[in-house]
Amino acid sequence: MIKLEPRAEPSRWLAVLSPLFALSLTVALGVLLFVLLDKDPLSCLQMFFVEPIKNARAIAELSIKVTPLLLIGLGLSLCFRSNVWNIGAEGQFILGSIFATWVALGATPESGTGLLIALLVAGALGGALWAGVTALLRDRFNASEILVSLMLVYVAEQLLAYLVNGPWKDPNGYNFPQTITFLSTARIPRLLEGSRANIGVLLALVSAVGCWIFLHKSFAGYRLDVAGLSPPAARYAGFSARSALWLPLLVSGALAGLAGALEVAGPDGQLTTHVPLGYGFAAIIVAFVGRLDPIGVTFSSVLMSMFFIGGELSQSRLGLPKSITGVFQGLLLFSLLTCDTFVKNKLRFVAVLPRKAAAK
Amino acid sequence: MNELILLFGSSIDSGTPLLLAALGLIINERSGVINLGAEGLMLIAAITGFASALATNNDALALLAGAAAAAVFSAFFGFLVIWLNANQYATGLALSLFGSGFSAFVGIRYTQESLAVAGHHGLLSHHYLVYVAALLTVGLSWFLFRSKAGLVLRAIGESPESAQALGYPVRSIRLAAVVTGGALVGLAGAFVSVVSTPLWVEGMIAGKGWIALALTTFATWRPARALLGAYLFGFVTMLQLHLQGRGVNLPVELLTALPYLATIFVLVLISRNPRWIAANMPTSLGKPFYPGA
Amino acid sequence: MPRFLDHTVVHSCTASLLALAFMLPACSKKPSGDAAPSAAPAPPAAEPKAVEAKAAGPLKIAFAYVGPVGDAGWTFAHDKARKEAEAAFAGKVKTSFVENVPEAADAERVIRDMVDQGNTLIFGTTFGYMEPMLKVASDNPNVHFEHATGYKTAANLRTYDSRTYEGAYLAGVVAGAMTKSKVLGVVGSIPIPEVIRNIDSFTLGAQSMNPDIKTKVVWVGKWFDPPKEGEAAKALLDQGADVLMQNTDSSAVLQTAEKAGKFAFGWDSDMTKYGPNAHLASAVINWAPYYQKAIKDALEGSWKTGQVWWGVKDGAIDLVSISDKVPAATKTKIEELKKGLKDGSFTIWKGPIKDQSGKEVLKADEKAEDKMMLGINFYVKGVEGKLPSGK
Repeated sequence: MIKLEPRAEPSRWLAVLSPLFALSLTVALGVLLFVLLDKDPLSCLQMFFVEPIKNARAIAELSIKVTPLLLIGLGLSLCFRSNVWNIGAEGQFILGSIFATWVALGATPESGTGLLIALLVAGALGGALWAGVTALLRDRFNASEILVSLMLVYVAEQLLAYLVNGPWKDPNGYNFPQTITFLSTARIPRLLEGSRANIGVLLALVSAVGCWIFLHKSFAGYRLDVAGLSPPAARYAGFSARSALWLPLLVSGALAGLAGALEVAGPDGQLTTHVPLGYGFAAIIVAFVGRLDPIGVTFSSVLMSMFFIGGELSQSRLGLPKSITGVFQGLLLFSLLTCDTFVKNKLRFVAVLPRKAAAK
Repeated sequence: MNELILLFGSSIDSGTPLLLAALGLIINERSGVINLGAEGLMLIAAITGFASALATNNDALALLAGAAAAAVFSAFFGFLVIWLNANQYATGLALSLFGSGFSAFVGIRYTQESLAVAGHHGLLSHHYLVYVAALLTVGLSWFLFRSKAGLVLRAIGESPESAQALGYPVRSIRLAAVVTGGALVGLAGAFVSVVSTPLWVEGMIAGKGWIALALTTFATWRPARALLGAYLFGFVTMLQLHLQGRGVNLPVELLTALPYLATIFVLVLISRNPRWIAANMPTSLGKPFYPGA
Repeated sequence: MPRFLDHTVVHSCTASLLALAFMLPACSKKPSGDAAPSAAPAPPAAEPKAVEAKAAGPLKIAFAYVGPVGDAGWTFAHDKARKEAEAAFAGKVKTSFVENVPEAADAERVIRDMVDQGNTLIFGTTFGYMEPMLKVASDNPNVHFEHATGYKTAANLRTYDSRTYEGAYLAGVVAGAMTKSKVLGVVGSIPIPEVIRNIDSFTLGAQSMNPDIKTKVVWVGKWFDPPKEGEAAKALLDQGADVLMQNTDSSAVLQTAEKAGKFAFGWDSDMTKYGPNAHLASAVINWAPYYQKAIKDALEGSWKTGQVWWGVKDGAIDLVSISDKVPAATKTKIEELKKGLKDGSFTIWKGPIKDQSGKEVLKADEKAEDKMMLGINFYVKGVEGKLPSGK
């Protein structure tokens, strides 16, 4: 008989290798899928793993996807570590883009870096505010942050629709639901001429470093860790449960809002109902595959971006359906969760002794 | 007046998939397992049910097929979460995300199809599943609060250690609960694609799974209250459409957001007394269970 | 919760291993046989592609779709026309498409990739591709871009659209003849001028049969959301509407009408089979005539920018499959109207037309200009409800 037994100590080898096992498993299943779909597995794999990084422009495009995924993923990993289940990052992203738009609409051709900074700060504020609503309702009324943050996503979508259909609609836009195209002084500066990569990716990387320092080198980060691992221990040590709720939510909200600001003032350049692209949900996978740690999240955001772009390319070049990306992401997460169990447990083969018939 | 009666009827129709899903989730959560994958399960069941309906032309069979597909995936989820003790929240999320991609992928060839639509319904006559859902509510209530099996289930949800000490196979019962609950959630999903809107389009469940999760909390894990909540939510959904048609002087976007705001409001009301929640929520909900060495 | 001790060591290991995993594929840049372009060196963004090079092989044409080709609606109609065009120019063209391309940021990448793949005529089939297409167009002056339902053009980007409001008007005439409750319902998608124009035209058409007819409108907020469309249809029926129209892309509205024993129209494509008893007629967009003209322009080198808006006259929109339940007199009237549209003797948007507040927007005998119609943001008299404009 096979039994699963908890290990005395989590296996360090497996903790490191688990994401790689999961990735290999996903790739293997993917190859199977490609073969079943009658496509050449090698060219499919090339779409996913080579094309997105093959030249400067590809990497620039990749960086545009990585920026929001990394930012939001960092925030979510902070939340999930503390057992705060923020599912509403998409809504915080939307509020960030809304607040940033408000600043951008006030730009003039003479505006300088001050406006850009204000735009980014506004975005972070917007996201933090929205997350704060979730934190407040959980703090004061015990309402589940999972459900509240999710419902707030739908509300945020409607708020966005209201603004672009009404007060913020471009008066010269033939009544289409969108704002004016932002002036160039209100656009995120590009890294290189001719590519779409902008400084957002630098901000994201800096945030990753910042999060790492916070989590591993600061006492506040330590408190969060304890609160997530063992709430009773945290209480006993006197760590505030309240700050273990508010801090991750506000920070992840701010990061998601910043991502929203970078997206609307970066590749989009105007506010429309198409600015939110589901990064808030994809980042959940990014956070988990990144093992809820800033270094891991950095790599997993790159991986997930490759999946996204690869999925797009396989559709346009190989005729694969777009939904294949979703399948891979789900498979990756499942494989990871399965492999993870072996970090904490091990398989034991136990001999079953024959039972003596009980005399009743 | 006539319009009001029709509105109630439509509300019940709109609320039925929510009710079925909520009932399934109540079974899950009463046993101590939280399944955030409801949305994914409903999507998987929706595409399975739709494909089966196309193939067999038999609605009842299609609904069962959808429920069965969801049951299979729930079993997989249950295995991960109950036997391998994977984190319930993360695994549930994974199921949701996977179900979304998987159903979209499988459903590609079905996007242009449609099922023959059943004849028209009069004032009070609804699809039989609406009545079945109401009956199930009564049945589940009876099962949970008046039967021994239900008592065992609730005991496991409150304190799996004690239940195990009494000799009950906690993990097997939990798995049974997860699979049965998952089947009901699947039934709800199949209902949407086979009866409500006999089409398939990716993502057609549009958040109903999450709403059902909210409903179980709103109902404090009691079937009768789930019925109330589901119909209420259906009412708010249809009401905002009616209000739009009437030209009420409120922004359309506010009206569309109404059902979600209402859900938040209700959640706050229900949750604010921590003792009330503590008294009603299955204590072991979401926590991993290790049946001693 | 996956956690491990001694984070730093473990993380550095994970990081290095993952980094290695990424490096490996990038190092082995073996160009695979199928995906030919990857063998070429990185093309700088603004490399003009010589027009002469095209003559070597068939004209490569790409289509970007916002929805799935199986939506039986908007995208389906585009893809149908694409297939017909490919058949009409057999051997001279090679078409390809990408579906489910989201509007906004991602679209630019897809369209650039289409250019990279050697396509020199690119169709973008939804409004939201406007800005991305403009950007790619300015970087690729030798590629021709066609944008549906937009309003910005460039030297190598022209816009095209179908006068769907003519189909809506004709449907309105049929609705006016068939309604008993004198209340019509429209399931609206997104409140852009095109949709509002369609709602208005539908109402005008119905009012031409009976000036007391009212139209109720419910907005779904999306182009394609069958469950919501069904609920919206039900709400309209519950409020007394007995003939429904839609500007959304699925057949849910028609199916809801079928279930309730009322009437509805098909939209974008022929939807008779989805509701045989409820179906009165379908307003069908036919992009084939325009696509074939555009391809011909590109092949012959006579492609010019502009803004094209084709209607019944050019075969871009039609009301088809009119049910036998519709009285013969009405059918005859529809034929007359179509003839009038074709020879120019009949104009739909001709005054006197009043808006919801009673204000006259077109004086008697005044014809609306295209520019005015492109930006319509008011309901005509007889439409009940509030425009989602926030005001």
